[in-house]
Amino acid sequence: MSFHLNSRNILDTIEMIEKYRLDIRTVTMGISLLFCSRFTMEETCRAVYDLVVSRASRLVEVCQGIEAELGIPIVNKRISVTPVALITAGVEGNPADVARALDRAAREVGVNFLGGYSALVAKGATTSEKALIRSIPEALSETDLVCSSVNIATSRAGINMNAAAALGRVIKEAAELTADRNAIACAKLVVFANSVGDNPFMAGAYHGVEEPDCVVSVGVSGPGVVDRALGDLEGATLDQVAEEMMTGPDAEPED
Amino acid sequence: MFAIMTVTGVDHTGIIAAVTTALAEQDINILDVSQTIMDNYFTMILRVEFDESAHDIAAIQQAMEPVEKAEALVIRIQSEALFTAVNEI
Repeated sequence: MSFHLNSRNILDTIEMIEKYRLDIRTVTMGISLLFCSRFTMEETCRAVYDLVVSRASRLVEVCQGIEAELGIPIVNKRISVTPVALITAGVEGNPADVARALDRAAREVGVNFLGGYSALVAKGATTSEKALIRSIPEALSETDLVCSSVNIATSRAGINMNAAAALGRVIKEAAELTADRNAIACAKLVVFANSVGDNPFMAGAYHGVEEPDCVVSVGVSGPGVVDRALGDLEGATLDQVAEEMMTGPDAEPED
Repeated sequence: MFAIMTVTGVDHTGIIAAVTTALAEQDINILDVSQTIMDNYFTMILRVEFDESAHDIAAIQQAMEPVEKAEALVIRIQSEALFTAVNEI
């Protein structure tokens, strides 16, 4: 072909999509809920629902348009929100109500998951953060799309042992409440050490407080990266495979 | 917008006629064509241009389905922007 792309480039790209499953893993919209705090939990829930639905109303539709235009699947469409414990600070009531409002909003806009039922308590927990942690089993067992995370340690502050103990009980209770569904509540919960300021990856996704009102993060799969890294490791031990994955010259995250 | 259409399938008479007729019926202009046979496999790449406000790329893909079935081909149409981006990485 005479323009800037030649046939080889085009066929290589098609091969990446077909053979190595090049795809857009996720498009995650991060939404700041910082101005959703109200006097009551009911009003806060309404503000959270309205904001998420209005910001993300066209997210899935636009993603589908991009899928059609590029001919590349977008596997997941997701939302992350400000750690909810920051929104419920000083608000009387059950924070799990916010999880239910977020679940309704996620359903309304058609995303696969919504993350941010979270608290960052590495150095110590506020009253609202403690309440949120206590409510995690209820929130995750009564919603389908909401994901939760708690950061309980950093290299600088050490481990918040009270939070670690509380989370142990939370995980057990979450498992028990969803025992008939393969303990699905636990699959939607991440307990972090050294979590980053903003994280678009489920289930530990949340919208960082240093971020603007609304951000879109796109995760693209690394076609063939793992395949290439493992190609020369026939008969290797699991340790060798793990080492190659972490340090290999081509190592890149797949998601 | 500019888009790349790729057509692949076992070679037989009339593939180019069928594909280009379907494009002409949709008022889509062909700017460049490259075609080759690899191991008895017909491979054609077309660079096409159409007015985005009048044509939806998903609708074009759908309109090519009868040709795919009748001629036993795989036809894809994708924004040229994708190939440019991948090529630049």
